[in-house]
Amino acid sequence: MLLIACPYCGLRPEIEFSYGGEAHIARAADPRGVDDATWTAFLYSRSNARGDYAERWRHTHGCGRFFNAVRNTNSDEFVASYKIGEQRP
Amino acid sequence: MQRFSAFALVRQALNGQNGWDRQWRDPEPKPAYDVIIVGGGGHGLGTAYYLARKHQIRNVAVLEKGWIGGGNTGRNTTIIRSNYLFDESAALYDHALKLWESLSEELNYNVMFSQRGVLMLAHNVHDAQVLKRHVHANRLNGVDNEWLSAEAAKRFCPPLNVAPGMRHPVLGAALQRRAGTARHDAVAWGYARAADSLGVDIIQNCEVTGIDRDATGRISGVQTTRGAIRTNRLGIVTAGNTSVLMAMAGQRMPLESYPLQALVSEPVKPVFPCVVMSNTIHAYISQSDKGELVIGAGTDAYISYSQRGALHISMHTLEAICELFPMFRRMRMLRNWGGIVDVTPDRSPIMGKTEIPGLYVNCGWGTGGFKATPGSADLFAWTIAKNEPHRMNAPFNLERFGAGRLIDEAAAAAVAH
Repeated sequence: MLLIACPYCGLRPEIEFSYGGEAHIARAADPRGVDDATWTAFLYSRSNARGDYAERWRHTHGCGRFFNAVRNTNSDEFVASYKIGEQRP
Repeated sequence: MQRFSAFALVRQALNGQNGWDRQWRDPEPKPAYDVIIVGGGGHGLGTAYYLARKHQIRNVAVLEKGWIGGGNTGRNTTIIRSNYLFDESAALYDHALKLWESLSEELNYNVMFSQRGVLMLAHNVHDAQVLKRHVHANRLNGVDNEWLSAEAAKRFCPPLNVAPGMRHPVLGAALQRRAGTARHDAVAWGYARAADSLGVDIIQNCEVTGIDRDATGRISGVQTTRGAIRTNRLGIVTAGNTSVLMAMAGQRMPLESYPLQALVSEPVKPVFPCVVMSNTIHAYISQSDKGELVIGAGTDAYISYSQRGALHISMHTLEAICELFPMFRRMRMLRNWGGIVDVTPDRSPIMGKTEIPGLYVNCGWGTGGFKATPGSADLFAWTIAKNEPHRMNAPFNLERFGAGRLIDEAAAAAVAH
């Protein structure tokens, strides 16, 4: 089981969290001002990469907050965790 | 190809087992091929076979970074069924099921396809409604599926616990009688041997590291760990690694790759007559011909290429197995492993052309690719040979996401994620 470092609560077991998919995929500030291709990319297109991967987690059975993390998808080792709105380290 | 038969078994036994040929060659890659298939699993090897057999396209190479069938083909829980909800899916998966029915004979290789039946359990009113809806939809599409009461389900599968005091009682089940299991490795090997005998080069330990395109943007070849190989037609059939390959052609995909675990128990005498699946209490189980219980779980929660998941996922499934089948509570589990499943937003596959001329992709089978192996291979071979999707895989295109024409088979996929 992964041990995940919630920026608010510290290291907690994986079962306290929900996965939030890839991080830094920004919703259009003006939803009606972008075309279908942009919307499709926002909703569905993902890097799904091997290697260090920026993702979101939510501490559903803890503080309830979303946060970001960088984890290596080959080894599952966490590199960093950081708050929503912060830059990827 | 040296034909397998009872006569051959006798002859070779008398010959001290010294006369068996290699089942497939181990050739060096040629400088160019008419078609390159990347991915030496069941779907990729099958595609090469049908290209050669049905379309007379034999100048084909299958490139596999590891050993053939070493990915999800070697890691699944071997369940085969076609009881998906939507018309498009019913056609696709039942096409595969019909091919399974004659596959051993066609390949002259025993894939051990056993139509022992798949029971999908209902534990509450919602389950019963959803499963009955599937039954009706299947029957309208000419796919067999029937509703059984709890007592009838127990008669079909005697080890099943249908006692009223269970935490998750069994209210009934949907049964597809033509569904069942097959031996997963045999499918890879059977297709490999047959494709090789038709002239296809199977090249293992050959990892694709780049995709080359010409000045017009068309596919011109691949870079690999065994050198550059030219081609104008490239089929990507790499399951969990699809995004990695497609990124080499500058394409982002609607895919997320999750670990999917499975386990086998110690082998015991035949005690379990069919396949049983439960969406709600999350487990699926059958007994292999070697005697091992083959048990599968939901995916782990996060994207990973580690081919390993965590214990709490397997435990959750084993708790369900122990409640459904009390006689298995003292079974020992021998092996536990994971695969990498490429999951799409609608849990339906993607098979067809891409924006790039000469590049074809077959992916997104997620947690349910093994059952579709022959159908997927057949239709992907068609798509590559004709440079157009077949009627049956046309709806499963990349464009459906932007167009809103999703084919939502999350319930039928029967694997939580």
